[in-house]
Amino acid sequence: MELGGIFAYLVSLAIMAGIYAVFCLGLNIQWGYTGLFNIGIAGFFCIGAYASAMITTPKPTGIYAHYVQQIFGLNLPFIFGLCGAALICGIIALLIGIPTLRLGEDYLAIATLGIAETFRLIFNNEHWLANGPRGLMGLPQPFQGLVDPRHYNYIYLVIILMVMLLIYLLIERVIRSPWGRVLRAIREDEVSAAMSGKNIFYFKMQSLVFGAMVMGVGGALYAHYTKAISPDVFTPLYGTFIIWVMLMAGGSGNNKGAILGAYMIWGIWIGTKFITDLLPYTLKARAPYIRFLLIGILLEIILIYRPQGILGEEKKVSKMID
Amino acid sequence: MIILEATVITAGYSKLDILKEVGIRVRDGEIVSIIGPNGAGKSTLLKTIFGLLKPRHGRVMLQNRDITGWSPDKIVKEGISYVPQVDNIFTSLTIEENLEMGAFIRRDDFSGRLAEIYDLFPMLAERKKQKAGQLSGGQRQMVAMGRALMLDPQVLLLDEPSAGLAPNLAAMIFDKIKAINKTGVSMIIVEQNAREALKMAHHGYVLAMGKNVLDDSGKALLTNKEVGKLYLGG
Amino acid sequence: MVELIFYGIVLGSIISLGAIGLSLVYGILRFANFAHGDLMSVGAYTALFLVTGFLAWIGVSDATFGPLSFGWRMLIAFPVSMLAVAGVAILLDRVLYRKLRAKKSGPVIFAMSSLGAAFILRMIILIFWGADSLFYRPGMLRPAYELPLGVKIRPDQVFIIILVCVLMTTLHLFLQKTKMGKAMRATSDNIELARVSGIDTERIIIWTWGIGGALAAAGGILYGVDVQLHPYMGWNFLIPLFAATILGSIGNIYGAMVGGFIIGVAQQVSTAFLMPTYKPAVAFTIMIVILLIRPKGIFGGSER
Repeated sequence: MELGGIFAYLVSLAIMAGIYAVFCLGLNIQWGYTGLFNIGIAGFFCIGAYASAMITTPKPTGIYAHYVQQIFGLNLPFIFGLCGAALICGIIALLIGIPTLRLGEDYLAIATLGIAETFRLIFNNEHWLANGPRGLMGLPQPFQGLVDPRHYNYIYLVIILMVMLLIYLLIERVIRSPWGRVLRAIREDEVSAAMSGKNIFYFKMQSLVFGAMVMGVGGALYAHYTKAISPDVFTPLYGTFIIWVMLMAGGSGNNKGAILGAYMIWGIWIGTKFITDLLPYTLKARAPYIRFLLIGILLEIILIYRPQGILGEEKKVSKMID
Repeated sequence: MIILEATVITAGYSKLDILKEVGIRVRDGEIVSIIGPNGAGKSTLLKTIFGLLKPRHGRVMLQNRDITGWSPDKIVKEGISYVPQVDNIFTSLTIEENLEMGAFIRRDDFSGRLAEIYDLFPMLAERKKQKAGQLSGGQRQMVAMGRALMLDPQVLLLDEPSAGLAPNLAAMIFDKIKAINKTGVSMIIVEQNAREALKMAHHGYVLAMGKNVLDDSGKALLTNKEVGKLYLGG
Repeated sequence: MVELIFYGIVLGSIISLGAIGLSLVYGILRFANFAHGDLMSVGAYTALFLVTGFLAWIGVSDATFGPLSFGWRMLIAFPVSMLAVAGVAILLDRVLYRKLRAKKSGPVIFAMSSLGAAFILRMIILIFWGADSLFYRPGMLRPAYELPLGVKIRPDQVFIIILVCVLMTTLHLFLQKTKMGKAMRATSDNIELARVSGIDTERIIIWTWGIGGALAAAGGILYGVDVQLHPYMGWNFLIPLFAATILGSIGNIYGAMVGGFIIGVAQQVSTAFLMPTYKPAVAFTIMIVILLIRPKGIFGGSER
């Protein structure tokens, strides 16, 4: 591969890691700052991606309508896709939160897991909704016509980094507000937070919804990067598990850690591909499983030996408030 | 003969010391009552003796053997049993199963001991197949004490056995405690009901703010003016 | 409809086996074990290795028992796989959860660790057997009895229900009559008091994993016999398992048995109206309804 090729490869790597960083930031609001155990990230990933796809594409007409079915198509600009994805994910989070947030933390986990699997089933089976297992293709990309398609990724990388920075600054600001302090009080000790008169349920709900909205944006960013989405993308492995590993590795409760974790784990993930490429031909088909096995082992090592992650929780937050 | 002795115990949770150089001594066959205001560290002292809390300083000796810092499951085997104040029965198990669990570490036939416990608490014998969770407060306390007695302990530690009980039930529990003591079991009892606790005690200790304040025979403390004023309601 | 209910009982008996283990583990260790479904897969694939590999290699006869679809190989493989998965579950506890216990990690860390374990187990299956569906006896015709009302029942399914009843009765007797079983219930009820009574709770934990793992293996193998083997089979069972466990009140194994049957029947009957692929969604919906109207489950709140 010549130099330009390597550079283009690194750019695509940075884009995917950036998208994952957005998910990590969303998860960090829920888990890192509030202790909510969401293992259905893939569900929000899926909804965000589909929502944005259908908002930004026109509803197929004429002959295309025979091949591509989708329930609606608004043909609006990219930014509406991002906002719509966030909005719909927020509403879904609200609906999941109602039955589960008053119960123990495990219930939220099971419910989010269930919702993620259910969405995947629905998108797979209901052709009228979003074209079933074949999914949607030809999604528009912002500022598409400005450059040669071969160099478009540079523009998209800038967009991703800007969105990521924006979300980062937003979360940092929010988390340093009194609201953020209540969240962490809930995470540390729910009982005393409740005794000091805080309505735990509403704070948890706000955190769940806020995090889910960020995840929705992540899903939208993904959809417009790959330009084609189908239900089989949003598996528990790529859509949930790896994001957890990223946040745990980087340091939950730390937004810089969330971003660092995303880039680092994505780097390791890609790196393991080069290692498994060395495997004999017969084993190559199973290489992705070996790579995920390694990521799983990595998670266990982190949980046992360094549960606070590389950066750990940022302590200066409370200092700034006090 | 001194059977159990704790000396200069300093202990507490996280960084806070609840007990400051507290000492207590139990002679063979004695009932020792510990009284004092809330937060004096009475229950903490029991937990420290039983190994649920490791002391920062001090020693716990059982018949000249140092058991400081041992874990509860080892201490239980040495002949000390403990009845916590709350959650002291297995609610989903029957009365008989609760007693059997008390004898879990026994490998011999404990049916004789079981019969003795039923003799002591005939009310339990009548309902041995009933779920312990369905019992009233006084009956629960009997199950809890019965469970602790299954190992035939040398020393029984009771944490507020009369807490939350109506006066007539509390009186019945105190009668049972005296009956248990008659069978040769030494006891340390932590009580809010100071008067009753001192009446049946051979020896009493007054704790306040995590420190020893007074100790004397039960009778002497009952007639002590200061104790009377502060803890016995005038 | 009668047929669907019967199939539901078959599926429900398999779900029950998994749900019991999930509930046992929750009762004693107080965390949601997301690896439980994958323990079922490990059981199914261990039996596959024995039936088509090891036992065939040492020359155990391939003949089947009368109308059943399996023979001596499966009969040997079944208990061996149960033991093997019991071992796997205990091994996971020693390698992962015991370390977390020693560090006094929160329940979410345990659950996350089990999620990691679930992926690790599944990846191992995928590495060895690939992603395709497999059968204990590929190409085998599976005749069915024709009963009145057009109900078709396969002999295997009758066998499954009988075997599950035997396993459940054995478990019931173990929990009610043996010292270790009673101690398990006591520990599940109140682990602090169990320690105070001198019960070796670490040993109880090992027994809990062993029994939970063995029952999960049984469930996985029986599903393999009834339907097929797939690396994601256990993961797909996870939501029905949790639905059954919550329905029957978490920690209550008798509730888990009943919950399993209810979920199984509901899932099968739903196929009369919905695409069969929606079965997990049916379980999920029941679970959400339970959480809304009676979060403690149908057997909750009576004993404590």
